[in-house]
Amino acid sequence: MSTQLPTQIPTGGYNFAYLDEQTKRMIRRAILKAVAIPGYQVPFGSREMPLPYGWGTGGIQVTAAIIGPEDTLKVIDQGADDTTNAVNIRSFFQKTTGVATTEKTREASLIQTRHRIPETALSEGQIMVYQVPIPEPLRWLEPREGETRKMHGLAEYGVMQVKLYEDIAHYGHISTAYDYPVRVNGRYIMSPSPIPKFDNPKMDNSPALQLFGAGREKRIYAIPPYTSVKSLDFEDHPFEIETWDGACAICGATDSYLDEIVTDDTGGRIFVCSDTDYCGERVEAGHKGADDEEKAA
Amino acid sequence: MNKLLQVHDLTKTYGARTGCANVSFDLYPGEVLGIVGESGSGKTTLLRCLSAQLEPSAGTVAYDMRVKGLTDIWSLSEPERRMLTRTDWGIVHQNARDGLRMEVSAGANVGERLMAVGARHYGNIRTEAEDWLTKVEIDTGRIDDLPASFSGGMQQRLQIARNLVTQPRLVFMDEPTSGLDVSVQARLLDLIRTLVSRLGIACVIVTHDLGVVRLLAHRLMVMRRGQVVEQGLTDQVLDDPQHAYTQLLVSSILPV
Repeated sequence: MSTQLPTQIPTGGYNFAYLDEQTKRMIRRAILKAVAIPGYQVPFGSREMPLPYGWGTGGIQVTAAIIGPEDTLKVIDQGADDTTNAVNIRSFFQKTTGVATTEKTREASLIQTRHRIPETALSEGQIMVYQVPIPEPLRWLEPREGETRKMHGLAEYGVMQVKLYEDIAHYGHISTAYDYPVRVNGRYIMSPSPIPKFDNPKMDNSPALQLFGAGREKRIYAIPPYTSVKSLDFEDHPFEIETWDGACAICGATDSYLDEIVTDDTGGRIFVCSDTDYCGERVEAGHKGADDEEKAA
Repeated sequence: MNKLLQVHDLTKTYGARTGCANVSFDLYPGEVLGIVGESGSGKTTLLRCLSAQLEPSAGTVAYDMRVKGLTDIWSLSEPERRMLTRTDWGIVHQNARDGLRMEVSAGANVGERLMAVGARHYGNIRTEAEDWLTKVEIDTGRIDDLPASFSGGMQQRLQIARNLVTQPRLVFMDEPTSGLDVSVQARLLDLIRTLVSRLGIACVIVTHDLGVVRLLAHRLMVMRRGQVVEQGLTDQVLDDPQHAYTQLLVSSILPV
């Protein structure tokens, strides 16, 4: 992550990674503090970015602050590498840094994500950057910022349980399916951004560094490698992840998060892996889904 | 018997204006103290100072903590004070909307205090919530309804249940019956009286309704312009008022 720039990198007239060096230093300081206090939301001076709030301005600023010329970047949106948000953020960093990009989870040193954690297990040295819309998990029941900070400070987290209680009272089970609140390192309650709760266990004790950036709300928080991340629950209603009856129609995977795709207007639908890289790797390795078997028959 | 609450020379000023001045009294476990006076006499300021919602300008409010004994509440650290106010104390607001979470169900409102002190078993929390709804005469079939769908009287009773669920020893009530019609008022008063005597809870009740204190309070404090002008046993004060203002107050009750 050196800031010393090789002169040959074409950055389109902008500073390396778009942000100026002072801004990057400010964000790095916020990140260091966030890593030192796992799950604690560190305020930072979020900048105007050349795209609207809600499109990942927080994540982009974090990535811009830590990316170096020797990094390999992967950007995913809803698990896919080829959706609008992912394609544009990837090309943004290609233009402003000239770094190598990849779709392979294993080859990436830096992964910026919206909504998913890759199915392929992360390894030491990798950094996950999450785009966060609403960083404050307590906001749902407490609109006052001063009060939520106090609640975090004093670890008064009863209201978070009230949210889960309401779920069970109305639906018979904890119906919160994404942005499922977690307790980091036994201390701070944290909003894990809108990832499905399916991905929550992947955050626990992960060897990768996980950084969260919220641009509009001007907050950065982090989970250092090998930190405990526990999803909140009740003793008699333990935390559970989603399961599917079928397998991926393309690669036959039964252990990945599946998206439902409507295929025609007569009720036809298939389930496929949301993580396109994982699905592609399995197909290359010779796995087949129900779809291919039908064609072969 | 040990004092539960000891108030000494309590004064609250808002700049040059006086909220309440030089209030002193002791409260014993299970005792109900009524504070009456006209609007602007400093009743609510006094209650907010007593219940740790407002820091007094001078004087002390000492509470008999379960472990430490009689301690000035403003010498406690903020976490200790917040913990005290939501476990050993209850605060019933004049407007139920201030004391309830309107966006979550009645059951969650009652269960919140339990979860705040570490209850993590859904079944137990729900049983306890149902139990308390029954105690305050709310149909348990409404446990999953929002408080907004409740009548004013039910909201007030729900607020009481929410406060009593952690078995507090001291409850502060700010005009608990105002805004309710007389029949609902009578039922609520009956309920409060039953609960308070059965559970042995000490109470500080602020009201401008002398009927309420006649029914509930053992002792009475009459306030005017921030000063306590008269205090004593309720019947004594109401039947034989000494101070001119108390006499006026008692004589201005409309006979039905």
